[in-house]
Amino acid sequence: MYVGAIFFPLLGATLAGFFGRWLGDKASQWVTVACMVLAAACGIGAFVEVALNGAPGVVPIVTFIDVGGFEVSWALRYDTLSVVMVAMVTFISTLIHLYSVGYMSHDATIPRFFAYLSLFTFMMLMLVTADNLVQLFFGWEGVGLASYLLIGYWYERESANRAAMKAFIVNRVGDLFFMLGLALTFWTFQSVEFDAIFAGVPAARQVTFLGMPALEVIGVLLFLGACGKSAQLGLHTWLPDAMEGPTPVSALIHAATMVTAGVFLMARMSPVMEYAPVALAIVTIVGASTAIFAATIGCVQNDIKRIIAYSTCSQLGYMFFAAGVGVYQAAIFHLFTHAFFKALLFLGAGSVIHAMSDEQDIRRMGGIWKKIPITYAVMWIGSLALAGVPLFAGYYSKDMVLEVAYAAHSGPGAYAFAMGLLAAFLTAFYSWRLIILTFHGAPRADHHVMEHVHESPPVMLIPLLVLAAGAIVTGYLFYPLFVGDQQEAFWNGAIHTAAHNHVLHHAHEVPEWVPLAPTVVGVAGIALAYILYMFAPGIPGQLAARFNGVYRFLLNKWYFDELYDAIFVRPAQYLARAFWKTGDARLIDGVPNGAAALAVDVARGAARIQTGRVANYAFTMIIGLVLFVTLLLYGAR
Amino acid sequence: MNAAGFPILSLVTFLPLAGAFIILMVRGEDEVVARNARWTALWTSLITLALSLILWARFDPSTADFQFVERVAWLPEFGVNYHMGVDGISVLFVLLSTLLTPLCILASWESVQTRVRDYMVAFLVLESMMVGMFCALDFVVFYIFFEAVLIPMFLIIGVWGGARRVYAAFKFFLYTLAGSLLMLLAILAVWYYAGTTDIPTLMATAFPPAMQFWLFLAFFVSFAVKVPMWPVHTWLPDAHVEAPTAGSVILAGVLLKMGAYGFVRFSLPMLPHASADFAPLIFALSVVAVVYTSLVALAQEDMKKLIAYSSVAHMGIVTLGIFTFTQQGLSGALFTMLSHGVVSGALFLCVGVLYDRVHSREIARYGGVAKIMPAYALIFMLFTMASVALPGTAGFPGELLVIVGAFKVNPWVAFGAALGMILGAAYMLYLYRRVAFGKITRDDLRALLDLSPREYAVFAPLILLTLWMGVYPSSFLNFFEASVANLIAQHEAALSAARLAGM
Repeated sequence: MYVGAIFFPLLGATLAGFFGRWLGDKASQWVTVACMVLAAACGIGAFVEVALNGAPGVVPIVTFIDVGGFEVSWALRYDTLSVVMVAMVTFISTLIHLYSVGYMSHDATIPRFFAYLSLFTFMMLMLVTADNLVQLFFGWEGVGLASYLLIGYWYERESANRAAMKAFIVNRVGDLFFMLGLALTFWTFQSVEFDAIFAGVPAARQVTFLGMPALEVIGVLLFLGACGKSAQLGLHTWLPDAMEGPTPVSALIHAATMVTAGVFLMARMSPVMEYAPVALAIVTIVGASTAIFAATIGCVQNDIKRIIAYSTCSQLGYMFFAAGVGVYQAAIFHLFTHAFFKALLFLGAGSVIHAMSDEQDIRRMGGIWKKIPITYAVMWIGSLALAGVPLFAGYYSKDMVLEVAYAAHSGPGAYAFAMGLLAAFLTAFYSWRLIILTFHGAPRADHHVMEHVHESPPVMLIPLLVLAAGAIVTGYLFYPLFVGDQQEAFWNGAIHTAAHNHVLHHAHEVPEWVPLAPTVVGVAGIALAYILYMFAPGIPGQLAARFNGVYRFLLNKWYFDELYDAIFVRPAQYLARAFWKTGDARLIDGVPNGAAALAVDVARGAARIQTGRVANYAFTMIIGLVLFVTLLLYGAR
Repeated sequence: MNAAGFPILSLVTFLPLAGAFIILMVRGEDEVVARNARWTALWTSLITLALSLILWARFDPSTADFQFVERVAWLPEFGVNYHMGVDGISVLFVLLSTLLTPLCILASWESVQTRVRDYMVAFLVLESMMVGMFCALDFVVFYIFFEAVLIPMFLIIGVWGGARRVYAAFKFFLYTLAGSLLMLLAILAVWYYAGTTDIPTLMATAFPPAMQFWLFLAFFVSFAVKVPMWPVHTWLPDAHVEAPTAGSVILAGVLLKMGAYGFVRFSLPMLPHASADFAPLIFALSVVAVVYTSLVALAQEDMKKLIAYSSVAHMGIVTLGIFTFTQQGLSGALFTMLSHGVVSGALFLCVGVLYDRVHSREIARYGGVAKIMPAYALIFMLFTMASVALPGTAGFPGELLVIVGAFKVNPWVAFGAALGMILGAAYMLYLYRRVAFGKITRDDLRALLDLSPREYAVFAPLILLTLWMGVYPSSFLNFFEASVANLIAQHEAALSAARLAGM
């Protein structure tokens, strides 16, 4: 069961990937779906066994590397933290596979798509069940590869290729820091196995590195690695572009799996992070900044998937600052609920796009809610959960995250609380902006498109309905386990809370207005969206014209792409040419080529001496003889 | 006499030479000669490979000693012997050479049509010399093999190469020869001092520090050119571009390893002080190599040139790892050498597949190949990913170990080496994108055929190895574990002895 949950997706990927040509489209897609169903069954079974019955374990497989004390094994680590992720990933991935059967039915290379999808799931599962940092890095890079393949799935589109490359390379920037963090971890703890690291923390607190506490440096390096995967401020630029992939991919990457890897890493390394207060403060501040930053951009985007992508970015910021104030439980809780409603929103958006004949611009939608009522309903549910409206899943987790930020009673915590509250307002606002522009008002698409608007087939609707159910109930059901009164027994030591850390405890005793505030701002955001887009649709245009500078700044995503282009991409291209054309071709090759030219010249000169005239030779010989005799005589004397 | 019961190393070394001799004997019409030459060469190299697998099976990885040792007096009055043997450091390189040669012959099956006999002879001679070089335990024997490798390679580039083959061949030859002459001087000095050229004896000899300095410099020049290290790397792109596909495979796969192998075999154990003193210089040159050549690779418009520059960057990782003097760094360097041998060889074969069909190495000439050659695209993707050191492929364990090792010595050096991770991904994916992805714009590309059975046969062992080395590197790391540990221990002992003496 433990092995099956991880390796069934790999089996599916292999079958569809290598034998897809013989199996045919139908068989290979159902084979992967079947493998995923099995994996999900195993995953949920493991969840019951490990998390609910409290029986963690490690399944060793084989030694990977063993060089001079640098020991790494392949092994599956099953504790509550990983099993929560395994169950969630397999469950949601199964639904996404199922949905893809319908969504991708017109595609030319179906086996390839399903192989990638399953490969991606496998890599994510390797990541979360890793027993050491190197195996985690295997999964970490593996999801990077799979996302590269999936984002660039339509490889005939130049923009998709560009986005895929960008995703891989930006992720690699984070990976560089991860790798350095891994190296420092090894030299600090003499091991990269989690158990050994966690056991070595007390001793390692004294260790310094370049004058700084080693744990702090490890924390910061790993966090920078997490920033790449989880699209935090600075390394977020790949995420919106990743929308070039097919919509189920967006759902898989941005909801359940890849982007949550960074948050997972923080929780996994909680025994180390707990003793790295400065690193945690950085995590909090960056997380909170990302939350507000992405939310501001989400308010003005017009691509339905990009809006949701920025909301993902923003919600990841919430998770990070929850981890940053030391309540990893809340971070994972928000990750868990978010996986359901964000997958729902993406797949719902996919259903809309499907209905609108591949239109993604919400300015060219509108007036379709009666034609696709189920999609409309699930989008409402997803948005309600995202906005944190009471009783929906997001309400429990987002409230918890904001409460812990408040309860941290620290500078970064207060900043995170303020930014989080503001972002909650914006989240509600842009969610309803999306709903209203997409479904309501007068139809803005041409009549060809409008005639074709249709509800999706059942194979797509069933996953939507299941996820909608998840978006409603997961918060209520799992609140007591993840962050409530049963949390200690539930986590069973998988997440470490230091003795000095009482934030989670305090979070249950915050003033009454704190839990109420997110709901209030959320409702206010919804109301504002209704006013601006439903009742007075002229205002947004006027606002954009009045504050054109701000509008353009947000529309262009704070000019991050342009900035990076100017300070990294262009100089690299310039240097590349300079090194090649000047450095290599002129300077370095100049020496041997010059020497060769010199040799040729000398040889020509020497050849010229050989005139062929006997008299010349005789003359030279006599001169030589004279010189020689003279020297001999002088030497003898 | 040794674990195999017969002089296996000499057999593996000289069997290809015998095959070459047989091919030379063949007479008759051109067609017949070509066919016979191909088959003879293939069988010879396959038998050699099978023989060398005995080394894999019988090698005892638990000891750092030389194994399968053969020793015959040659010039006893000068202390020169014919002395062969392998330890954990060299044995896998012997196998790498014997593995790549049959693949090269198979890869040239159809692409080489002129002077086939001479071509096959050149390859077999080359194999002989490579294997001999990795087995040699006497400096003179080593030097002979080390230099003799140049000749067939020079011919392969110069005769069967591309348009600018003569320039490239001479550049290749002169660069490496210039370095080798200094090494000859160094060998003479060593012999003069120690009275023997026996390598195991010399390893145990303590050279005075001042002498070490000069010896190191002389060796350094020779090996650095072979590696090649920045800034003496420019012969490599030219040689690769002009060489036929199989020539590039051997060049990248084995010949580039000779320099690094020289560092590990001679510089480190014989000249510990000078090695330690020069380490910062090597670090600097290595990091420059990684960053500089990666950037240059980014700007290339020729597929082979791009991969050639990427080789320089990877070898930067190798030299960096060697001079960390940590077990992780050195093991990582050796592993990277092996994996680079497999992966870059395979990448050159990938280029060759397209070149055979379209006769162009220009990147802009392609685009959308994935659509018509899906199997090829998959294989090319695998090796691309191995080249960017994706975990699970051969490139990763070595790079990881080197970075871990380097981090202990100097975190900034590790950072510089790790920059190669980003740049490597950038240039390889950029290459892949321009070749395999995108819309097909040229009509002649539409007619391309996917891989032929022969090409599958060439790639299959390399695919297998790439995944094997990535998923279960232990089976390779085990081979050099003991030797590396011993080398590091001796190095540290030598340094601490000097420190005591200095006090």
